Amino acid sequence: MLTKRIIPCLDVDAGRVVKGVSFVDLQDAGDPKELAALYDRQGGDELVFLDITASAHGRDTMVEVVRQVSEEVFIPLTVGGGIRSADDVQRLLRAGADKVSVNTAALNDPELLAEGARRFGSQCIVLAIDAKRVDPGGLSDGQSDGSDLGLNEGSGWEVYVRGGRTPTGIDAVKWAVRAVEMGAGEILLTSMDADGQQTGYDLHLTRAVGQAVPVPVIVSGGAGTLEHMYDAFTEGCADAALAASIFHYGTYTIGQAKEYLNQRGVPVRL
Amino acid sequence: MKLPFLGGRQRKPSAMAKMIVKVVDYESGNLRSVSRALETAGAQPVLTSDPDALKSANAIVLPGVGSGRAAMEALEQRGLVKPLQEAVASGTPVLCICLGLQLLMDDTEEGSSPCLGIISGTTRKLPDSLKVPHMGWNSVSFRHEHPLLDGIPDGSYFYFVHSYYAEPLKNDVATGVTEYGLPFCSVLTQGNVMATQFHPEKSGDFGLKIYSNFVDYASVVWK
Repeated sequence: MLTKRIIPCLDVDAGRVVKGVSFVDLQDAGDPKELAALYDRQGGDELVFLDITASAHGRDTMVEVVRQVSEEVFIPLTVGGGIRSADDVQRLLRAGADKVSVNTAALNDPELLAEGARRFGSQCIVLAIDAKRVDPGGLSDGQSDGSDLGLNEGSGWEVYVRGGRTPTGIDAVKWAVRAVEMGAGEILLTSMDADGQQTGYDLHLTRAVGQAVPVPVIVSGGAGTLEHMYDAFTEGCADAALAASIFHYGTYTIGQAKEYLNQRGVPVRL
Repeated sequence: MKLPFLGGRQRKPSAMAKMIVKVVDYESGNLRSVSRALETAGAQPVLTSDPDALKSANAIVLPGVGSGRAAMEALEQRGLVKPLQEAVASGTPVLCICLGLQLLMDDTEEGSSPCLGIISGTTRKLPDSLKVPHMGWNSVSFRHEHPLLDGIPDGSYFYFVHSYYAEPLKNDVATGVTEYGLPFCSVLTQGNVMATQFHPEKSGDFGLKIYSNFVDYASVVWK
């Protein structure tokens, strides 16, 4: 039976792992290689590296981090952050990444999804969406960008880009559907409202996207307890759950998370 | 001296000459992980797209990510189809991974292409009613014993990413079976040909055991 995946996420800045709380207040939480090996031993089903470095030099550092981790860790590795072209995708895949996640660049140029899927296969193209709930009273005609992906008659969640700083006027569910048509093989969905709050994933958002697309959905943002993960897999219908803080700071081990889920009847790899 | 960081795993000691394994390089996916897994299994991987190198190989790994038709075209362009078929016929141990397994069939629905025709059967698309690709860790039920599976418990989990599956004509080549909407052949063996639909190089310790079992098998044939 196909199991639900638990995916620890490592935010990497200049070769070091950090984790933000609602995208600010970054704290150092360790060396990427050591953490990757630790999560592999604990039973992590995949790893996600999110490169939050701004500089070009930092990007080269990330390629080197990917190379070193893939030498020693034999579980799937996804890398996201700052990927702008199919050549960027190729560079990371060659360094040893199994998948790449694209966000801002795919919205600027959806053809990137098509080209990536054509050249490398849709299985390695993950679309990352940062979504925020639209204030129901605040939606006006002016907020729609006029395209068929606009917020009017939308799902109620808006796509944000540039690390969650810039609203786009684009509806999250419509964008997910379009991106999969273009070539994305998986969706990494982050709720900006829930991220860093540790009060649970946004289950409504997760379900809305999951029911709209025929590819797996990884839910991200908001995990504070193991019950939150259980809710994501059951009520939220997620295929995989991403988490950082609760693992990085040792609140729970991945083994404990899986044991808990298994006892409550969620299929996991033990 | 600072020891290399091994992520908790130790390389096999290499008292004897290392088994050279030719990894078919036809620009199909992540060969780095495959090479590293072979090294961890005590072998020396050599990437090659040279037809003659396959003819003289002691063991071959045929990896594969991407589309069936494009992969067959890439093999044909490099003149690798016949050498692969001949290597199999001459008894060279061959391990095929993911798309590599599907290419063993007579043909594939993916781009309606003929394949290597080493195993009778066809490669079909997973049903549209499922989430495709089939992505993640799924269990493999062993139908019979095989050296490739030595030391691995029946029902172990492996990492899958695929949209198509092989449907061999003869049931007895399906050494391992996995359920995803339907039961499909996830470990295929026939004589010196071994294949997995999952990615053993992405499947943690049991995946690495597949590689070391293959290398052990090939070493016995080699001697």
